[in-house]
Amino acid sequence: MTFSQQFAQQIIDGMAALTLLISFSLLAQHRMLSVLRWFAGQGLLLAATAAVVAYSTGETELYISAMMTFLLKGLLLPWMLWRVIRKLHVHREVEPLMNSGITMVIAVAVTLFSFHIIQPIEVTSELLTRNSMAIATACVLLSMLMMITRKKAITQVIGFLAVENSLFFAAIGATNGMPLVVEIGIAFDVLIAALIFGLFFFQIRNTFDSMEIDTMQSSLIQKDDDE
Amino acid sequence: MSSIFFQLLQAVLMVMFAPLVLGFVSTVKARLQNRRGAGIMQPWRDIQKLFNKEVVLADHASWIFRFAPYVVFTATVMAASVVPSLLLDTPLSLTADVIALVALLALGRFFLSLAGMDIGTAFGGMGASREMTFSALAEPAMLMSIFVLAIGAHSTNLTTMIAHTLHTPLLIQPSIAFALVAMLMIAIVETGRIPIDNPSTHLELTMIHEAMLLEYSGRHLALMEWASAVKLLLFATLIIDLFFPWGISGDASLVTIALALMIWIAKLMVLFVILAVMETSMAKLRMFEVPQYLGAAFVLAFLGLIIHYMLEVAV
Amino acid sequence: MNFFIATLLTPLLGGMVLGVLRNPKLAAKLNILTSVTTFTFSILLALQVLGQASLATFNGWFYLDAYNVFLVSLTAFVGMTTTIFSKPYMQHELEIGRVNEKRLRLYHSMYQLFQLGMLLGFTTNNIGVLWVSLELATLATVLLVSLYRTPASIAAAWKYFILCGMGIALALFGTILVFFTSSTILGHGNEALTWSLLYAHAGQLDPAVMGIAFCFLMVGYGTKVGLVPMHAWLPDAHGEGPTPVSAVLSGLLLNLALYALVRFKMLVDGSTHTDMAGHMMMGFGLLSLLVAAMALHKQRDIKRMFSFSSIEHMALMTFAFGIGTPLAAFAALLHMTVHSLVKSGIFFTVGHAAQVMGTQKMAEIRGLISHHPGIGWGLLIGTAAIAGFPPFGVFMSEFLLFTATLESYPWLAVPLLLGLLIAMGGLFRFVQPMVYGDTAEHAKHVHVNMMPVYIHFGLALILGLSIPMFLSQWYHQAAALIVGGGA
Repeated sequence: MTFSQQFAQQIIDGMAALTLLISFSLLAQHRMLSVLRWFAGQGLLLAATAAVVAYSTGETELYISAMMTFLLKGLLLPWMLWRVIRKLHVHREVEPLMNSGITMVIAVAVTLFSFHIIQPIEVTSELLTRNSMAIATACVLLSMLMMITRKKAITQVIGFLAVENSLFFAAIGATNGMPLVVEIGIAFDVLIAALIFGLFFFQIRNTFDSMEIDTMQSSLIQKDDDE
Repeated sequence: MSSIFFQLLQAVLMVMFAPLVLGFVSTVKARLQNRRGAGIMQPWRDIQKLFNKEVVLADHASWIFRFAPYVVFTATVMAASVVPSLLLDTPLSLTADVIALVALLALGRFFLSLAGMDIGTAFGGMGASREMTFSALAEPAMLMSIFVLAIGAHSTNLTTMIAHTLHTPLLIQPSIAFALVAMLMIAIVETGRIPIDNPSTHLELTMIHEAMLLEYSGRHLALMEWASAVKLLLFATLIIDLFFPWGISGDASLVTIALALMIWIAKLMVLFVILAVMETSMAKLRMFEVPQYLGAAFVLAFLGLIIHYMLEVAV
Repeated sequence: MNFFIATLLTPLLGGMVLGVLRNPKLAAKLNILTSVTTFTFSILLALQVLGQASLATFNGWFYLDAYNVFLVSLTAFVGMTTTIFSKPYMQHELEIGRVNEKRLRLYHSMYQLFQLGMLLGFTTNNIGVLWVSLELATLATVLLVSLYRTPASIAAAWKYFILCGMGIALALFGTILVFFTSSTILGHGNEALTWSLLYAHAGQLDPAVMGIAFCFLMVGYGTKVGLVPMHAWLPDAHGEGPTPVSAVLSGLLLNLALYALVRFKMLVDGSTHTDMAGHMMMGFGLLSLLVAAMALHKQRDIKRMFSFSSIEHMALMTFAFGIGTPLAAFAALLHMTVHSLVKSGIFFTVGHAAQVMGTQKMAEIRGLISHHPGIGWGLLIGTAAIAGFPPFGVFMSEFLLFTATLESYPWLAVPLLLGLLIAMGGLFRFVQPMVYGDTAEHAKHVHVNMMPVYIHFGLALILGLSIPMFLSQWYHQAAALIVGGGA
């Protein structure tokens, strides 16, 4: 391993650690806008990680996905969500979380779990980014935990997008990036999903007069009870 | 022989410097707030004055109340004297175990809380209960953050840990960064600074540390104040030792020791200026938010531990 | 003429044109035309492949073998009959004001986009693209499920979106893990995601990684298959969406997810040389079968009831693929075919029944036979077929599955039979009063087209009586392929 490779490895490890930290922070945030801020930070960090991996491996394809990530996940999606939040007048809303202590304990357990299952297989890889596989797994599961614990539609969607971010991190962190065609396809799907989500927010608002998931699901249950 | 001398010097310096440190922080704070401040020597003058004053004891005070200041002071000074500040390898360094250090501080805190409850006033009891609650949360976090470093060094002995840090090549180690942040957060709780506790407050309801000292006077109060100053310096030195030990002297020669002293003071000044800036720019946390703050510190330290295994232990 | 391009381009172009076409009557006709063209091309494609064992085109980007080529034809066929059914159905919905013209345009456009996703998913050779196309099909159907814009339909679509989004994210993670190990063997490029190459090198893939990857894929794609306990979205999405959408969700989308799962099982089996993947599929299958069969009894909405029946049948297929003997795989493939045909046929009938009665509540649907014999008999025949009565194809495939179970895991035949019987009881318990008895007063006369229904049931009947030679050969080939394991 040359010196610059070792240095790149350290930078990537550092970014992996930061990604994990952001996943934890997203889980612990109460305020709508701070959730969004951390989410945007995650996107930017991802783009930076992709660029570093691209630089250290010399793969030009990765530069393109780094650029795509920067534009889509670092700027466009947070901006869209910010617009939606402003338009729906929910930017000041504070979301009651599940008991944050218990959430944190679960989160730590999830992290340990992913470390436990992924550690044995990291040995098989020769990539310099192999170490981040366990962290990526943890981030995926933590973002899912965020989706589960959230009560509002918008934060749930940010959780969904955070899962996608973590998956992207897994792809660049663990495998130096999926082939570009697949990457573009995934980015396209995420964009479409975000657009649909945006559409949904307004429908939900108009229909239910609230962004609470429980209100929404109760309409299904109520319908069932009527019958 | 000379190493014993330097060991003594180290301990004396720690104890003597401590009030100066308090003065330094409050002077920097005053300057930041466009005040002149009382000067660096003010805490020394306060302590001196208190020693000359008569001790007033409450009627209900038991021997614990009178005994506690000496125990607290001794425990803190003992802890401070084993922490290497100038010389790495001293005669006492074998005892400089981090867990023992935490235990010594816990002993001091135990007596402090007992004394707070001993008089039976409402504020003393309240302060003691808060202190115990927070320390119950802070101590695991502190140990966790120290373990991140201890695992790398395969030892909880401070000297070994410092030597390990000095001898490993400079790497970007995210786990250590996490541990450092956690440690700083804990240090603020342990030393009772803003945003957890305000050492200069006069509002009894928001007090933690001060509430337990309300009934003290004279030399008892002086010892207590001095001990808490030593504790502040102790934590600063501990952070320097654990995370930025470069500059500490490896051998007991006069030149290197003098150099180490200067570097140590410089590092302390940087740290305390940061503390002063933080205290000036931050508001105190509401009491019920402190457990969350400590929880965050614990999670950070724990993440540091996990990340150490995930990223830094060679597979 | 390359039929691949034609098969994929037709729905894409059709969807784009339908997206801007303003005349709803013309749009419905164009929708049918597009699907008929797609179907024609897919048959031509199938004939092209039939002679050969497998076919790869475009530098291996697309790949057809015995396993997926018949699924392509099946998808195109059910897609076609659904458009025929949807023309009068959606016309009626427009008249009673449940949709407006703008939403109808969205419906037609998204329907073709869904078809594109399905066909792309079945034909692609790249496991990454497979994921992308499944997600595409999901996104298209999310918009379709919420088409009516009622509170319940929006809530159902949201649930569908979030749950499937989570599931599909896990599936992507599994795919990344596969790439993680395959890129060390096949190089860091598209080759490492190409299924046919992966299959050829399955023995070299790291078994530990593949095992963990399959756990994620099982849960991920299993969510889309509708396996318990990840099934919560399915009854709501089926119940609240327009009926043509319920028909293609049950008949087609679930198949694609199961198809993907089986493709990965083939890789994992080749890598680990254990029954791990098969056992997992059997476990999920059996659990889903029993839970769905019991949940079926508690339903009050007719479409929800039949969607639980869909879970039950997908569970049977998952179980059958899990057993992993040629006979079981044969049974699963046959079951996939007949279930798609019969279940979409049932949903067509149910859709008409709901329109005639003006409600989806089973308690208010009464006396269909006397009011509208076509619908009544359709529902009765369909239910008999899906419940596994001879001489329909479902009986045949379930019988084969039962035999295969007795052969390999005799003690599992008991819960299997139990699940089937409970489900059958549930179906008839509800269907009988809906079909017979006096007609409810609120019944209306609605223009219906029962032709697609009878075509579906007729085909299922033929498959039950005697499977045509070419088809059974096909199944045998595909079953051998699925069971074969890695090279």
